[in-house]
Amino acid sequence: MNNFLLKLRKEPALMFLFGIMVPITIFLIMQLFNDPEIFFATWMRSLGMGSTYAIVALGFVLIFKATQTINFAQGALAVSGALFLSFAVADDHIPFTTIDNPINSLPGPDWFHWGVSLVLAMVFAAILGLVIERLTIRPMVGQPLFSVAVITLGLEIALRVFNNDTVKVEFRNVKVPWGIDGFQVGKETINYSIIAAMVTAAIAFVAVFIFYRSRLGIAMRAVAFDQEAAMAQGINVGRVFAIAWAAGAVLAMIGGVFATQPPVKQSLAVDNETANIAFRALPAVILGGLDSATGALLGGLIVGAAEIFAGQYAAGEIDILGAGYPVIVPYVVMMIGLLVRPYGLFGTPEIRRV
Amino acid sequence: MYKRPNLYTSYESETQILPTWTQKALMAFFIVQLFLLPFSIPVFNDDIPGLSWLPLIGDGLPLFRFLGDGEWIRATTKVLMLIIAAHGLNLLSGVAGQVSLGHAFFMGVGACTATYLGSASGSTTWGHSLPIWVWLPGAGVAAALIGILVSPVAVKLRGLYLAIVTLGLVFLGIHLGNTTWGAKIAGPPALGRKAPELDIRLWKEEDPLINMSDDGRWLWFDIAEEGKRYLLYLVLAIGFTLLAKNLIRTRTGRAWQAIRDRDIAAEVMGIAEFRYKVQAFAISSFFAGVAGALFVGLSGQTLATDFGLFLSVEFIAILLIGGAGTTSGAIVGAFLVYMMPKFVEEATKWLSDQESGVTGVVGDTILTEGDDLGFINTSTVTPGWTLSVFDWNIVLFGVLIIVFLIFEPLGMYGIWVKIRNYWKRWPFSY
Repeated sequence: MNNFLLKLRKEPALMFLFGIMVPITIFLIMQLFNDPEIFFATWMRSLGMGSTYAIVALGFVLIFKATQTINFAQGALAVSGALFLSFAVADDHIPFTTIDNPINSLPGPDWFHWGVSLVLAMVFAAILGLVIERLTIRPMVGQPLFSVAVITLGLEIALRVFNNDTVKVEFRNVKVPWGIDGFQVGKETINYSIIAAMVTAAIAFVAVFIFYRSRLGIAMRAVAFDQEAAMAQGINVGRVFAIAWAAGAVLAMIGGVFATQPPVKQSLAVDNETANIAFRALPAVILGGLDSATGALLGGLIVGAAEIFAGQYAAGEIDILGAGYPVIVPYVVMMIGLLVRPYGLFGTPEIRRV
Repeated sequence: MYKRPNLYTSYESETQILPTWTQKALMAFFIVQLFLLPFSIPVFNDDIPGLSWLPLIGDGLPLFRFLGDGEWIRATTKVLMLIIAAHGLNLLSGVAGQVSLGHAFFMGVGACTATYLGSASGSTTWGHSLPIWVWLPGAGVAAALIGILVSPVAVKLRGLYLAIVTLGLVFLGIHLGNTTWGAKIAGPPALGRKAPELDIRLWKEEDPLINMSDDGRWLWFDIAEEGKRYLLYLVLAIGFTLLAKNLIRTRTGRAWQAIRDRDIAAEVMGIAEFRYKVQAFAISSFFAGVAGALFVGLSGQTLATDFGLFLSVEFIAILLIGGAGTTSGAIVGAFLVYMMPKFVEEATKWLSDQESGVTGVVGDTILTEGDDLGFINTSTVTPGWTLSVFDWNIVLFGVLIIVFLIFEPLGMYGIWVKIRNYWKRWPFSY
């Protein structure tokens, strides 16, 4: 305890964090006894939000692991992926043609059709990721990292135009099988999409941890550690890049699907703002540490909880905070977090040499 | 051996802005041209008898309608504003190596300060109706102060972490414009408010010394309102360019470059890293604040959402397309990034007016109203699958960033150096 107090006195940023966290915790405990139903519902929503952020953040981390850059085009990839799913599941025709959508003529129940569409959309998202990687990222191997990040910014801008063009023509629904329904806890409804997001996040993280243990995963970690040394050991860096981008695009697509569902959004449709999920999830990645999957999970949950709880319990102060304030809560949390730990919770500090 | 690139015989010759007399003469000629631009010079007009056979003058290609045309003067004025802001980002990111995606935020701070100081107060808004010589420097100083406030966090961070934090600033800034008290400065969300006027007054008197919002005589010239604004912005842009250039080539700039190249080594050599980084943030924000004030002064409207991520990316693009770390790069980049879409729009309009001949066929092929093979949609009503020329311009902007980074990371400056060196050593290959 004495040791802890000493550390607090030495680090003003830590003291600041402590000073914020204590009153917030006390306030939340008071709220728990005040109205447990609302507290539980808020908690569930924050988990759903956090899981969605964590899925998108995992996509960032995978691409960062391989290429050492943030993929700013993750938002555009998310919308593109969600649109692929929407085309497969909600359209009568194959886009740009008059051929009937073959998925509609498959036997079986609706959820089976949706599953087939999901797999198809994942494949298309992966192909999109591969094509983008081959055309724009591969020529940049060995170039300054910031240049690669700016390339992805350019991609985001260009892709977003096509996405918005597709979205504005008609109302694009992803028709999830669980719909908008939910179960009741007292007066509060908890949507099934929250449970779905949590399950998906769990599956995604287990898959990534298994992948890290595999041969290819080890190759990716080697590339992340030192690109040149990995190359010298006979690792095909280009293939690692490609796989990271394909996986990142698929994760972005899943994040994009959940970005159209509660608690992120109530409308169930892909629109111009769906792409913002990537920028909203960025604080989660930074807070957790850019190169850590555990960090992405934890950062996503923290940031999601902060956003939802602030939206629930600070709504009385909306005059001062301004409408739509929950959206910037993640960024505020990120800045405070970075004051305390400049490389995130689980990030590897960069070793600087002269 | 005479005047080979990178061969200097004295310190003065190395630090000179324009080393040779040819360059000095060309630059003087260029600057005179810039000052003459808003005046309608008879030689270039289309109603000269005997010169009407020239196809490119008058209603010809857009470039040649430049002179005296209000629309193009306004666009050039905007470029001058962008140049000032681009110099700011160039000092921070190109010279000092601190990557910032938050330049739009500092511009927004400048714009809001200018509006607060310079606009008239209303029932829902605050304002002081102060003259331009108060709100313009005020905007810069306010932005610089915010820059200093942010820099302790920013100095601690490096590379992409810094980029994301500055990106967060942009979102934060737009949100602050949404709050009740933010709306009192920046106007109601999505509506905005009237920006301060550019008129030059001594204090709050009725008729200004120079009225920027009407045509008429100014000193002993006939000049349109766009022309007056253009000249004001031109003087400011030249001033800030000189300031940026001098900052780069003197002690401060050298310290920044040392920090950019290897910060620990710079610190070992005795450069106060923290101080110079804070200085870079402050000066860069000052440039951005002034440019933000000029931004709203030109558009006539203060709107918080104007200063979003897209504007920040635009400046990154300006820097990368022009050539990071060079003053001329910022100028060329700003011109290219802002004018390219304008030229594309003009060219499309020109193509759609062509009825016959080769240009008519080309126009028929690539332009469409929605049904045929063309890929540029010219219809104003139905949003079909094909994109309009404005959407294509945004795509072009994204693609330009990618193409420049892949094929010419040094930007236009790199291309210029390649061309120059080719001719310097001609006819030898190296």
